[in-house]
Amino acid sequence: MKRQLGDWLDRRTGIRGLLRAALDEPIPGGASFAYVFGSALLFLFLSQVITGVFLALYYVPSADHAHTTVAYVVKVVSSGSFVHSLHVYGSSAIIIVLLLHIGQTILFGSYKGYRELLWLSGCVLMALMLAMAFTGYLLPWDQKAYFATAVSTNIFALPLIGSWFKQFVRGGNELGTLTISRFFVAHVFLLPAAVFAFVGMHVYLFRRVGAAGAPTARTGRASTSFYPRQMLMDIAFTTVLILALGTLAWWLPAELGPEANAADTRFLPRPEWYYVPMFQWLKYWEGQRAVIGIFVIPMLIGALFAGLPFVDRGTERRPWRRPFTVGLFAALMLALVTLGMTSYAQDRRDPAVARQLDFQRDAMRVFMSQPFEPEESARSLRGANAALVALSDPLVAHGRTIFEAQSCDACHGADGHGTESAPSLVGAAARHPSGELSRVIRTPTAKMADSGMQPLDIPDDDLAALSAYVAGLK
Amino acid sequence: MADVADTTFHDPEPRRSFLAALLALGTSTVGALLAIPLARMALDPLWRTTTEVLWSDAGPAKDFGVITAPVKVQLTIEQRDGWRKVLSEKAVYVLKGADGRPRALSAVCPHLGCSIGWSDEKGQFVCPCHNGAFAADGTLISGPPPRGMDELDARIEEGRLKIRYQYFRQLVPTKEVLA
Repeated sequence: MKRQLGDWLDRRTGIRGLLRAALDEPIPGGASFAYVFGSALLFLFLSQVITGVFLALYYVPSADHAHTTVAYVVKVVSSGSFVHSLHVYGSSAIIIVLLLHIGQTILFGSYKGYRELLWLSGCVLMALMLAMAFTGYLLPWDQKAYFATAVSTNIFALPLIGSWFKQFVRGGNELGTLTISRFFVAHVFLLPAAVFAFVGMHVYLFRRVGAAGAPTARTGRASTSFYPRQMLMDIAFTTVLILALGTLAWWLPAELGPEANAADTRFLPRPEWYYVPMFQWLKYWEGQRAVIGIFVIPMLIGALFAGLPFVDRGTERRPWRRPFTVGLFAALMLALVTLGMTSYAQDRRDPAVARQLDFQRDAMRVFMSQPFEPEESARSLRGANAALVALSDPLVAHGRTIFEAQSCDACHGADGHGTESAPSLVGAAARHPSGELSRVIRTPTAKMADSGMQPLDIPDDDLAALSAYVAGLK
Repeated sequence: MADVADTTFHDPEPRRSFLAALLALGTSTVGALLAIPLARMALDPLWRTTTEVLWSDAGPAKDFGVITAPVKVQLTIEQRDGWRKVLSEKAVYVLKGADGRPRALSAVCPHLGCSIGWSDEKGQFVCPCHNGAFAADGTLISGPPPRGMDELDARIEEGRLKIRYQYFRQLVPTKEVLA
């Protein structure tokens, strides 16, 4: 039965050949835990896609609603906080595993031997992942998202590139609702599409040139196939990641801060940990020289990094025989760690900064502990504040002219506050809710008619305006 | 050649296929576990439907004491719409019951939810979509609707008519509250 089903499917899809090709991939020197990071990254990316899709069930990319909708997910929706946390922590996990993947590749010299394009597609994927983290950070539109992005998008305003680029990224001079739309489109449409394309390319190139395997030709250890040993190792590591992310998301849910408030001048923006080294680095570059620090040096490092397989062309793969490359990478990592730690140390050392950061952390905790506050829709707000918007609304203003033209003010007073011959109209809307107000204006009730109120024969539009004016009286 | 390839895939070693089965079981279990929070998240609105049904003000009860034909009244009701609060206007018909007390009928057709209109010349309620016709007291006269117009709870409180607006399931012969 199973056999027959397999045959039926295979004849139509060639699934067995596909599986065989996927699973029998040879790994020179045998399976190793050093090779698990690529699969883990693929898993993490898919996890981000899936959790992201479910977050998008509730998220609205607009400055008016973004924060409310994320708060709704985090505070109200079943499992919302858990899925949101998986997404937030997943982005950090991707950066960590990415660094491990790159570190392993450099240590083992796995970028050598016709693997230039494989390496380059990996570099593009890293850039795309950093861009995903950058664009995703703004979307909740809380204080830290707003201010961190306000600062980081200023970097785009370098004289070299021109301030138009910053304006293009932000969708205007200021951070606003258009910025959210842009970041949202990049985060959920453009960047993921590019990631899928480059993952496809990365995997294809990898399978075409084959696994690099161990850097030393280990004697007596032949190449084995991916299945089952390497696959089991990949699964084991991915399981550890799932457990770690799940535990973290369960016990330490990712927090959302209070809604972005551009008027808050004391807020100290701090980026996510993986951007902290860059953040610290920018502190050392002032004035005209800033271009060098912000742009030239990172570009040079990036170019050197991407060009590694073109520069380091020897066949030697053992790390201890390539002290320059391995040393350079180690130095770069060390520099980033030092920069990051310096930044945290500086924040702790300055009492004013430390106090403000503590305050921000507390504000976040307070916000998280408050119950969810539904957003008043424009209509319900209008109902509540009808009096406030009175006269700024053209309909209401038109209503006032009718109020005067029809001599309503003769009895009800100039501002509808009432005279001896007729009562005040303040609160009339509450006594006659909804459409009833217009009805009694046009056709007064018996009691109203008794006290002298005349039926009012005016067009429907005018009646609506008049009712709006009367409803707004206070 | 094809035959050779075929036999190599069916691993002769039972240990290997046992491992494959174990792997399949393990990964699908983990997958199913991970799907739980996602399913809960997607299904969340299903167990968040019924909010407290509030009474809305329809106006002074006296006004409805003199009516001879059903009157259309717009109720303003406050609703929770996911993460926001909205005020919406709902049309109801108020008519005088046999006991002289006002009754309220939902204007939503129990057939497919169109808005029922009152026709003065026919002295009937008529649904414009599929020609359902109802008597002045809301009972079904003819057409596709499975039941008469839905009556809403109405009561007089301090001289004012209060109506509790609710939705009912369409296309069923009995009145079932939805929200």
